[in-house]
Amino acid sequence: MELLAFGKTGWGDELFYATLMTLAVSVTAMFVGFFFALIFTPLKLSRHKSLNLIGNFYTTVIRGVPELLVIYLFFFGGSGAIMFVASMFGYFEYIEINAFITGSFAIGIISGAYSTEVFRGAIQSIDKGQFEAAKVLGIKKHIQFYKIILPQMLRLAIPNLSNVWQITLKDTSLISVTGLVEIMRQSYIAAGSTRDPLFFYSFAAVLYLLLTYLSMKLINKLELKYSRGF
Amino acid sequence: MDFELMINSFPKLLDATLVTLKLLSLSLFFGLFIGLIFAILRMNKNPIINRFAYGYSYVFRGTPLLVQIFIIYFGLGQIEYLRSTFLWTILKEPYWCAIIAFALNTGAYTSEILRSAFQTIKPGLIEAGKSLGISSKIIFYKIQIPIAIKQSLPAYGNEIILMLKGTSLASTVTLMDLTGVAKYIISTTFKPIEVFIVAGGIYLFMTFLIHNLIKYLEKKYSYQ
Repeated sequence: MELLAFGKTGWGDELFYATLMTLAVSVTAMFVGFFFALIFTPLKLSRHKSLNLIGNFYTTVIRGVPELLVIYLFFFGGSGAIMFVASMFGYFEYIEINAFITGSFAIGIISGAYSTEVFRGAIQSIDKGQFEAAKVLGIKKHIQFYKIILPQMLRLAIPNLSNVWQITLKDTSLISVTGLVEIMRQSYIAAGSTRDPLFFYSFAAVLYLLLTYLSMKLINKLELKYSRGF
Repeated sequence: MDFELMINSFPKLLDATLVTLKLLSLSLFFGLFIGLIFAILRMNKNPIINRFAYGYSYVFRGTPLLVQIFIIYFGLGQIEYLRSTFLWTILKEPYWCAIIAFALNTGAYTSEILRSAFQTIKPGLIEAGKSLGISSKIIFYKIQIPIAIKQSLPAYGNEIILMLKGTSLASTVTLMDLTGVAKYIISTTFKPIEVFIVAGGIYLFMTFLIHNLIKYLEKKYSYQ
């Protein structure tokens, strides 16, 4: 227990901040993922073959390649790519991007592929009559989306999105290879300096369990809220 | 684009693919046994056994695979007693530590898949077996298990693909699997995109094969 004390003697405060970092990366990655899903879901649902192909390419590649490999691509290739873009604008200095940004972007792209699949499934399972009824009533396209499709889609998507959240939360542990101090990295540091890996890695497992448990409770409440009337 | 590097690294990555496939097949083999045992325990009427099986799958599905590997590889070596037993000959090898972690992890997911498959078997089928005077042991082996396997094929196919991606974590405990070798080539040549295309392509090819194999099996074992 001494090992977990707050302050200089223990690792309690360090692990606390690391947990916050894990949460921050997961939430950011989730939103980055939503952004990608927003782009690729319409592509996957598009009637045009070529747009379809782009959408399918994204979800197939990302879901078929290990997360760790994607993270290495961004970790080693991220600053190179940004420097290349910067060089086109006439900036030739070395740019190093922050581990938080690389990490949440890499995890975000992965979680985006899963979110895309979830949204696609949710939209496809909405009854066709809903679209037709809205059309017949002369409702504008964007109002139709925000007021009719989106609320129904969210209800259908929330249970699957909670799975995506769980996957994303667990994937953030892989960011530790880039040196970002989240739960896994902090446990690695603590385990190295106290020579007590069993304790610290087990404690990390407890922290992750706590995070998944609490977030599931929260999501269940959301699910109830959105399934009113069903 | 450095095509020469892509061509040169291909055989090295292909060698590493063998390590990945070995890890995958061994962990799936052990994981299937673990999954079957825990699925049966989950359906046990004794609440203690039931809870234990539920706890196992909850813990292994609720924590990252990386934590599980690190606990087994770095953590277990700390227990003095373990070092004196024969188990140490296995646990000191990163290869076996990775397989143990993967098998326990995939076992947890497999137990959930099998449990839901067992629960969706129509009670009428079991009752029909009983009324024909078939012993419950034979009902289990000849009726429940074949139906459960068929029902769980699509979900298990996904699990195989997830596990294929999971084996990439073996590279964090010094094993040179496909991802490990890819990372090594990337960090020595600083050509991440080229290596990613080759290594990612090999992974995609394997997922493609697994996907089609499962599709074929599904067709083969469908009722028609």
